[in-house]
Amino acid sequence: MNKLKFYIPVISFFALALQLWRGLYLDPKELPSMLIDKPMPGFQLSTVAGTEVENDDLPDQIFLLNVWGSYCLPCLIEHPTLMRLSEEGEIPVVGVNYRDRQALALDWLADNGNPFAFSILDEDGRFGIDLGVYGAPETYLVDENGVIRFRHVSVLDERVWEEEFVPAIAELRGQRSSDE
Amino acid sequence: MIPELGQFSLILAFCLSVLLGTLPLVGASRNNLLWMDLARPLTAGVFVFLGISISILAYAFATDDFSVQFVTQHSNSLLPTRYKLTAVWGGHEGSFLLWTFMLSCWMLAVSIYSKSMPIDFVVRVLGVLGVLCAAYILFMLATSNPFDRIVPLPPVDGTDLNPALQDFGFIIHPPTLYMGYVGFSVVFAFAIAALLSGRLDAAWARWSRPWANVAWAVLTIGIALGSWWAYYELGWGGWWAWDPVENPPLITWLFGTALIHSLAATEKRGVFKSWTVLLAILAFSGSLLGTFITRSGLLTSVHAFASDPTRGFFILAILGVAVGGSLLLFALRAPLMKSEAGFDLVSREVLLLGNNVLLVVAAASVFLGTLFPMVYQAITDDLISIGPPYFNAIFVPLMILLVLLLGIGPLCRWKKTSISYLTLQLGKVLLSSVALGVLIPLAVLLEFSFAATVSVTLAAWISLSMLKDLANKTANKSSRIKGLKALSLSYYGMQAAHIGAAVMLIGIGLTSAFSYEKSVLLEAGQNIDLGNYNFQFNGSSAVNGPNYVGNEADIEVKKNGQFLENLYPQRRIYLASGTPSTEMAIDAGFLRDLFVTLGEQKESGAWSMTIYVKPFIRWIWLGALFMAFGGIIAAGDKRYRRLRRRQLEKVDNELSSGLQTAG
Amino acid sequence: MNNRIYSLSLAVGFKALLAGFILLLSLSGIPGAVAQVDTFEFDSEEQQQRFRKLSNEFRCPMCQNTNLTGSSGGVAEDLRREIHRMIQDGLSDAEIEQFMFERYGDFIFYRPRLRAETVLLWFGPPVFLFVGGFVAFGISRRAKKLSEENTELDGEQQARLKELLDNKV
Repeated sequence: MNKLKFYIPVISFFALALQLWRGLYLDPKELPSMLIDKPMPGFQLSTVAGTEVENDDLPDQIFLLNVWGSYCLPCLIEHPTLMRLSEEGEIPVVGVNYRDRQALALDWLADNGNPFAFSILDEDGRFGIDLGVYGAPETYLVDENGVIRFRHVSVLDERVWEEEFVPAIAELRGQRSSDE
Repeated sequence: MIPELGQFSLILAFCLSVLLGTLPLVGASRNNLLWMDLARPLTAGVFVFLGISISILAYAFATDDFSVQFVTQHSNSLLPTRYKLTAVWGGHEGSFLLWTFMLSCWMLAVSIYSKSMPIDFVVRVLGVLGVLCAAYILFMLATSNPFDRIVPLPPVDGTDLNPALQDFGFIIHPPTLYMGYVGFSVVFAFAIAALLSGRLDAAWARWSRPWANVAWAVLTIGIALGSWWAYYELGWGGWWAWDPVENPPLITWLFGTALIHSLAATEKRGVFKSWTVLLAILAFSGSLLGTFITRSGLLTSVHAFASDPTRGFFILAILGVAVGGSLLLFALRAPLMKSEAGFDLVSREVLLLGNNVLLVVAAASVFLGTLFPMVYQAITDDLISIGPPYFNAIFVPLMILLVLLLGIGPLCRWKKTSISYLTLQLGKVLLSSVALGVLIPLAVLLEFSFAATVSVTLAAWISLSMLKDLANKTANKSSRIKGLKALSLSYYGMQAAHIGAAVMLIGIGLTSAFSYEKSVLLEAGQNIDLGNYNFQFNGSSAVNGPNYVGNEADIEVKKNGQFLENLYPQRRIYLASGTPSTEMAIDAGFLRDLFVTLGEQKESGAWSMTIYVKPFIRWIWLGALFMAFGGIIAAGDKRYRRLRRRQLEKVDNELSSGLQTAG
Repeated sequence: MNNRIYSLSLAVGFKALLAGFILLLSLSGIPGAVAQVDTFEFDSEEQQQRFRKLSNEFRCPMCQNTNLTGSSGGVAEDLRREIHRMIQDGLSDAEIEQFMFERYGDFIFYRPRLRAETVLLWFGPPVFLFVGGFVAFGISRRAKKLSEENTELDGEQQARLKELLDNKV
């Protein structure tokens, strides 16, 4: 018995090494959103175009809420995907122009194309904070009742759309039909 | 061509390390003197070839050889030469080469300063270090070769060295830190040699102590330099962030401190033998763990190198074999090492035991806090943050308890002390400390402050206890001076290090309690008062640096109405990367620091800036300096030098009869 | 060889101390820093301190392990502005923390909140201390016994001791 206590360090070490090994497998995680399954924060703001919008103006179907800025390079990378989704009518896209300048945002949309039904103007980032945004680009999947269901941080390219958003949307729609 | 020579040199060093890790060890078990004698030359060879290798990398930087990938990633033709050279350790590959080179420096030192040890023991130590060295070089050759070339077309210029690293602190902090960190490999090798030979006696402890003390001292400086650098680099007065990459050196340091105290007991009294060996292994594991965390991408940190799981696996494998293997060896062999001596419930041994418990608990707690987010994520798939509020809450009480023991320890006798004796010695010390703790802050601040009282009381407790001990030890000589001269270096080392702790305590306590700052928006000509100081903004001007452009503000500082000096904080943009950075202007002082960091210029032309006053902050690093000083001079104690045979026997006799009570 | 190491260690020690001391007190205008400067006005010193404390204890969601105080730009700047606003509006520390939690979760707290999952974290160190103390006590007790055994005299020695003592009287 007395001799067994000398084995405590080596056993503890191997348990620890196992944890460290597992830790290597862990993907660097994006911050999970606190707003999953919660309603969109209330807002009454202007758009980039100059109109006034509020929660009722959000689409009555499942839509994407994309946080972007004219300064943001990855937003430019995901832009073609958003354009395609919007033009093919696959899903409406609403924008949040985050910590940007209205003039710069308008120029960016004019240069690159506008996939957004409208873009909420959030120059001081307050709306972003209410959403729990920590950097552009981020995209939320919001259902027809304005409840946030899913968030993806960083570029939304075709692969991400297929692998993450399509199944999420299918699941939502599946739930709808089973509810009915 | 030349970078290939660098790689070739690495390969040669690898081959020599493998030889070092095999032949002499076999020679030791077979008593083959010829093979054992190979150890020292092989060690020298490893040192030479690693030295050549790292020199060639430095040469590649100095000559702007952008065909070497590592150079391109961390240098630029506009970079000042001194930073081109230090960029050698500006990234993972080069810094790991530095790490390995440091190991070879320690190995060389062992091979030189080991004449008084039996050859089979030295050979085992060098052999273990050789195996480690070989593993490190193999890791480099396999996953992190600093000499990889860019083919077919090398770029015209490199991406710059990270501006945060273009700084004096970066020149000295990593080499010193690594030197201390790697130094614990030596006492680890000593421990393994002891386990392998099955012998652990007072001689072993006597050989190990100087190596442990010096490694500990250098690590103390390395960590202090990191703290000092972070302080003026980050610009908001913080000096320790409990970052996942800062913590492993601290964990190693805590184990190391426990080790040097445990070694004292093992040397003097032959107790805690297997525990000391375990501590040596743990301290070394801390250094490997640090390497693992920094380079594997396991944890998020401002310091981390770019993550790569392959590298992580390799280092984990090294960790597994080195630490796991040595702990297994420990489990098998340590039971043979029994302590023959006992001690009373009130004795220096018990206080050292307390010291070890507190330090090891502190190390384990820091370790827990550092790794917990990763474990939490693995289990709950959610993210959690653990930062200074947690670590401070756990660490500070433990250190306070440790300091309480610190005052008692040196006065306590080995084996048995009576409580009445201690009360007699320390009663007045305790009362005086509390009195000073209450009165001094009251006198200076004119109001009561709990933090200041605690800090001053504890610091006084350490200092007055030391003075009492000094008085006791010089009381019986013909004169005090003679008494002081008769005390050993080892004793002075201990006192210097303990005083260092007291100094550091004052620094930490007072700066935490009494720092203040103010953020203001000033137009040219406006001024603001902060305490006894007045800061006047006299306008800003443009600046051009070798690889940056920016603005500089002129701040005039007055104390109590008298002109003190001008401070020139800057705001820069580095040309190659476009990264902005704020350069603060510091007025460093013995009793306080003042500094100003520049914010932004508003449209009105006014500048936002923050002004900081940090009392006693330099005492934190001054304390560390004293601690390191203590560790180094203790290693020079006459016990550790090669004595003539007669003197050696005399010392051994004294030790075994337990007559020595000093130091 | 004897005196060489002695003087070497003293020399190294003193030179290092001196160099360190000089270094410590020098270096006035030093490069560095990315800390941000906010110029928020507060109604009282206490509010200023609360702001500093909160901004030190919240983690910047977009940075590599820095608190809000030490982060520049982006959401960190916005969050500090929000904290200032909330302090001015009279919200308590708990309410401000709740605000942060609702938007960014546990990640934003550098002081992990005590829950079932973090019990191990908060109670670990006290448990370590308890176990360590227990082990140390056990070792001390065994050592005391060992010490007593070693100093116990056997029968013959007891007799001799008695004899000596009696003779003294």
